[in-house]
Amino acid sequence: MKPASFVYVRPGSRSEIVAALAEHGADGKVLAGGQSLVAAMNFRLARPGVIIDINRAGDLDYLRPSGDVLAIGALTRHAAFHKPPVEGPLGALLAKVVRHIAHYPIRQRGTFTGSLAHADPASEWCLVAATLGAEMVIANNNGERTCPAAEFFRGTFTTAVGEQDLLAEVRLPMLGAGWRSGFHEFSRRAGDFALAMSLAALKLENGVITAARLGVGGVSDRAIRLSKLEQELVGKPPSKALFQDVAASAQAGIRPTADIHGSSEYRSDLIRAVVGRALTEAAA
Amino acid sequence: MAEKHAITLNANGKDYRISVEARRTLADALRDDCGLTGTHLGCEHGVCGACTVLVDGKPVRSCLMFAVQAEGQAVRTVEGLAKGEVLHPLQKAFWENHGLQCGFCTPGFLMLATGALEAEPDLSEAELRDILSSNLCRCTGYQNIIKSVCAAASEMRACPPSADR
Ligand SMILES: Cc1cc2nc3c(=O)[nH]c(=O)nc-3n(C[C@H](O)[C@H](O)[C@H](O)COP(=O)(O)OP(=O)(O)OC[C@H]3O[C@@H](n4cnc5c(N)ncnc54)[C@H](O)[C@@H]3O)c2cc1C
Ligand code: FES
Ligand code: FES
Repeated sequence: MKPASFVYVRPGSRSEIVAALAEHGADGKVLAGGQSLVAAMNFRLARPGVIIDINRAGDLDYLRPSGDVLAIGALTRHAAFHKPPVEGPLGALLAKVVRHIAHYPIRQRGTFTGSLAHADPASEWCLVAATLGAEMVIANNNGERTCPAAEFFRGTFTTAVGEQDLLAEVRLPMLGAGWRSGFHEFSRRAGDFALAMSLAALKLENGVITAARLGVGGVSDRAIRLSKLEQELVGKPPSKALFQDVAASAQAGIRPTADIHGSSEYRSDLIRAVVGRALTEAAA
Repeated sequence: MAEKHAITLNANGKDYRISVEARRTLADALRDDCGLTGTHLGCEHGVCGACTVLVDGKPVRSCLMFAVQAEGQAVRTVEGLAKGEVLHPLQKAFWENHGLQCGFCTPGFLMLATGALEAEPDLSEAELRDILSSNLCRCTGYQNIIKSVCAAASEMRACPPSADR
């Protein structure tokens, strides 16, 4: 239970990190909060040759609302969302979801961006990013590019972030007036990874749903945005029957993964429950 | 032989000049290089919380941090809680409420509760329960741990311990 040796470098800024990544290539690994990486290193599941510690790059520690997006820098810890980081529906949504991520001390170190780069299928932040259609800013020695969530997640622990890339920033759409959200997660104990979870955001105008975002996580190799079902919600007033229908369609459309924590059949039942509850909470 | 880093670790206000490999976790450095064996190691992968210490005031898992990362930061461990013979209100409350049995998990619970209550003295019982759910006690003394922390929380609110503890 001790990590293998590695060379330790500690760049002081975003540009120094990008240079270090270019220099060390396939040997180099970004160390953010360490709440997934160091555990994997202790088990020797990960044996990086060079650790590039980004914790002293102060220029990556920010939460910046600008226009219709909230920009989240790579050093923003989960705990920064314990209180709504911005006014309005997005801030409320983030503060609601963060309580389900691991535990209080782990949230003091783990980062929002690190969760996305790690891409655990049961990560709450990955579900948020996929459902809301986040935009990722990926930087390397050649400059930076943006990548939409739909192209970012490639499977379990796999994303568009390459060996020499830094996931520098994540941009979430600021949900404007009229939006409200619901989140429901099922796990066996407080702080455990989700066996299934769902995030719903609804825009309600004059009692009618005029826009919707709906996603499910923890049941597949990545978070799933249910775009078709979003369309089924639009134009209708929220009702128990509508939400039951949509939840049943979500269940019918996904064949969940099975593991030691739950069979595919069990997770399938959970999908209907969590989707129904997330939608109900969003409309409440 | 891997390269060693000469670092100064500040624990409980005292500087420890140590020489460690980068792979040395903060927990191991505290225990083996600084002799501060009050910090315990259970799982070494972030699950049990026995190794919880404060780094710049925040409760963190010292098994998931490398000692070199704590350079220049203020680390606090269970050894720094009491003032001489006078127990910290949390230690006193654990004593009075039978909050420990074998005591293995106790340093982690004490540092977790210290960090949480220093940041937010007015945490409710429900909030404290949620925070304490992060740590495991194999003797399963959870009820008395919650009782102890709640008792200490009211005492700390009435008479806040000085910051230099
Ligand atoms: C007991 C326990 C319970 C947990 N429960 C949950 C849970 O319920 N839900 C959940 O979502 N997570 C959970 N986690 C994981 C936690 O949220 C991690 O913080 C998160 O998965 C990774 O973020 P990090 O900043 O700690 O990244 P690290 O551990 O530092 O890195 C993880 C991976 O991402 C890469 N990486 C990190 N940042 C970047 C970047 N900016 N650019 C490129 N690559 C990068 C690293 O190289 C590494 O491969 C748990 C962890 C523990 C220990
Ligand atoms: S030893 Fe660090 S959390 Fe268990
Ligand atoms: S008192 Fe024995 S492990 Fe908690």
